[in-house]
Amino acid sequence: MLQIHNLHATVADKPILKGLTLSINAGEIHAIMGPNGAGKSTLGYVLAGRPGYEVTGGEVTFTAPRRPVLDTGLGFSSGAAEEGSLAPHQVRGDVDLLSLAPHERAAAGLFLGFQYPVEIPGVSNVQFLRESLNAQRKQRGEPPLSGAEFLKIARAQAAALGMDMDMLKRPVNVGFSGGEKKRNEMVQMGIIDPALAILDETDSGLDIDALRIVGDGINRIMRKPDKAVLLITHYQRLLDYVKPDFVHVLADGRITRTGGPELALELEREGYRELAA
Amino acid sequence: MSALPTRTDEAWRYSDLKAVTALWPVPPATVIDVASGETARRHLIAESGIHDFVITVSAGARMNFHVLNATDAYGRIAIDVTLHNGAHFEFGGVQIGGGLANLEIVTTVRHIEPNATSRQTVRSVLGGTATGSYLGKVAVARDAQKTDSVQSVKAMLLTRTATANAKPELEIYADDVKCAHGATVGELDKSALFYLAARGLPPMEAQTLLLRAFVAEVFEGADPNLEAAALKALENLS
Repeated sequence: MLQIHNLHATVADKPILKGLTLSINAGEIHAIMGPNGAGKSTLGYVLAGRPGYEVTGGEVTFTAPRRPVLDTGLGFSSGAAEEGSLAPHQVRGDVDLLSLAPHERAAAGLFLGFQYPVEIPGVSNVQFLRESLNAQRKQRGEPPLSGAEFLKIARAQAAALGMDMDMLKRPVNVGFSGGEKKRNEMVQMGIIDPALAILDETDSGLDIDALRIVGDGINRIMRKPDKAVLLITHYQRLLDYVKPDFVHVLADGRITRTGGPELALELEREGYRELAA
Repeated sequence: MSALPTRTDEAWRYSDLKAVTALWPVPPATVIDVASGETARRHLIAESGIHDFVITVSAGARMNFHVLNATDAYGRIAIDVTLHNGAHFEFGGVQIGGGLANLEIVTTVRHIEPNATSRQTVRSVLGGTATGSYLGKVAVARDAQKTDSVQSVKAMLLTRTATANAKPELEIYADDVKCAHGATVGELDKSALFYLAARGLPPMEAQTLLLRAFVAEVFEGADPNLEAAALKALENLS
């Protein structure tokens, strides 16, 4: 689904990613761990296309899988895609991810869960998400969702993540606690229903209960044969809830080690210094 | 109206004087008198040109005035308000302009008797090489104790070549008054724009969504045509 080959990137002319290669297939969950300053968040921003994060070399190919037709909105919560619910215009091939603008990457099926979700005073969550989702649908040649259709999906996702409907009506992230912001990111992910989610320290700022709820959310929304997840995290604890198929160590702008879930446990025990070298 | 203003006239300091010359002499001001105890509501979706108002709000009366100043040329809205005992003046102004627009809101609010309150909220969105100005004077007479006035002025610049001027001015002769004023000039939050883009909104739609939120509070509770016209003006900015 995502092929990153020899990616180099700079921030303010400072090299951060220095030849990162990583391949993620549909149905897989990957975790990237690494010390502070290794380039973990930069990787997420580069893939999502944040201005100021300049790619100086390498390629990224994104293959969005076929997705269910969403015209009734039911495709969002109906579980794995079934063959019969596919439409030809939904089929997308390989795209050069780096050639797309950020909003086009989103429409192609990439979702970035922010480490620090942004507060947007004056814009309600509901309005923001409905306009975002319909902007994506428009780019994909799909009809817009009506207010009622959208609310049905939004309600279901909010309920599944234990979020009050009132919070969906409030301005985006304004006055939300750290944990509520992260939960709101997961509600957004559920509503948008992406093919590939890059979750940047979604576990930071969460208490034990919230961690479990968010972990369950990731599994429910993204643990499907036609989807994939890249978890960026410092700690092993989220991986107790979301079992990764692969764990990578990112150090000094490169993947220095790759293993299974046991690598995360090893890292937790030994620290990065020993293993990253 | 008197002689053609010049750059040294404070109230015309930022005006497009060439446009003013072409419009001179201006028609007489619209006079609005609000009788004691009454509430008057007015709104104006202004065409280009000079719009003058002289308003008197009698004791215990209330005037709500909302304006949208969104022309692509020269647009000036000048309001002179006199407040009697316990009167209230509520003013909401939005200015939206790109290209070569020169937009200005000039207010004088005279608290001539005690207990009057005034609240002014002005939001300007400026692109291209547009200029948007707010000159707001609050004059509190010696007897006008317990005056409570607020001026909140914010401008959003979409380009480095746009200009915002904000000049709240207080002239206070009473000693038991509250006169608050705040003025800011800023640009769109880049991290918010990226957040919206990362959720699928194209740049212009993201900009419009943020700007809509920026001006929304001004027209809360006012005639819905104002907000609709403001939205149209914001969409035309791109």
